[in-house]
Amino acid sequence: MNIFTKTLTRDLKMSLRNPSSFLNPLLFFVIAISLFPLAMSPDSHTLSNIAPGIVWVTCMLSVLLSLNALFHYDYDNGVLEQMVISHHSLPLILLAKTISHWLLTGLPIILLSPLLGMTLFLDDKSIYVLMLTLLLATPSLSLIGAIGASLIVGIKNSGMLLSLLILPLYIPILIFATSAVSQSQFNLPINGQIYFLASILLISLMASPFVSAIALKTSLD
Amino acid sequence: MSKLIVSDLTCQRGYNELFSNLSFELNAGEILKISGANGSGKTSLLKILAGLNSAESGKLSINNNKVGSYDYQSDILYLGHLPALSPELHCKENLDYLTQLNNSNSNQELDNALKNVGLKNFEYEYAANLSAGQKRRVVLSALFVTQAKVWLLDEPFTALDSNGINVIETQITKHCDDGGICILTTHQECNLPGLRILNL
Repeated sequence: MNIFTKTLTRDLKMSLRNPSSFLNPLLFFVIAISLFPLAMSPDSHTLSNIAPGIVWVTCMLSVLLSLNALFHYDYDNGVLEQMVISHHSLPLILLAKTISHWLLTGLPIILLSPLLGMTLFLDDKSIYVLMLTLLLATPSLSLIGAIGASLIVGIKNSGMLLSLLILPLYIPILIFATSAVSQSQFNLPINGQIYFLASILLISLMASPFVSAIALKTSLD
Repeated sequence: MSKLIVSDLTCQRGYNELFSNLSFELNAGEILKISGANGSGKTSLLKILAGLNSAESGKLSINNNKVGSYDYQSDILYLGHLPALSPELHCKENLDYLTQLNNSNSNQELDNALKNVGLKNFEYEYAANLSAGQKRRVVLSALFVTQAKVWLLDEPFTALDSNGINVIETQITKHCDDGGICILTTHQECNLPGLRILNL
């Protein structure tokens, strides 16, 4: 088994044995969205208008909540040091860790989104578009988040710093994703937004592991 | 035959210069103990040798391979202060991943390594349930599996009982007899033949 598969299975195994690490952000996602109909008008027209924004903002915040744990535990117990000095490719190891993070954070959000979309009175087509935007953009959230998490790895109580670093980079994703879902509600074309989200994913997939590796080496030096 | 060359190494942390123009060579079979007071730069030197930290100036190489290169990094095994164990994983899973990051291993070798450090029936025990000494033993069991030529051990005997210290000393001696190199820091007396000492 190569180091990529080994790291991926190790991280998945560790998270599944300590489920609170990935269940807490998911619970936050579900609870925050289900509170909006109670706090605002239960009127279907109002809710369906603001649904794309609600789902996407909540999704971003729940991903942000989970990012602190991406490297934190491995840093604390010294495994991160071993990863950095290993002769294996560090970007490949970090990519495996990021994919594991997406599988336990982004993927469950995508799977839960139809149900939550229905509670916000989104129509079938918009739910499909919402799932498509989440599928294209949640991996980017994890990949961009990995850069921020590797920059702050040695800093204590760095949650606020992580938000300040990462949120500006998330804004284009938020704009294109919510715009795609909103436009689909009015049967307008969404190709442009989808292409932008796909290109952000490709760029972050190519750049993030290498940038994270450099940031991590600098943080540990 | 392995050869480690360190020349004119200078290390600075903050405003303090820990050591400057440090040079030494180690040939196959040699053991070097780095000694010095707390804060003299022992751990910093090991981290620089491991490629984890960078030095202000100086050069280091193993068989002419520069630090950071694939060959250099596959030649070293660094075991630092931190346990390098994840509490959610079994001893065997932890050892498997640790050695996988260094060199390949087989299932049988992992079992034998744990047996060698006195953890025969602890293969499937979670690291979270181990004592400090047992955690140290799990990490040090990597010495029985690794194919790295240069071992960098930071306080390897901490938390070990006398039996555990004997086992590790025997393994270090065997490694050096087989042409390996070992650099270690410890505040304890150690019983290693031909031990060279470097004072920082």
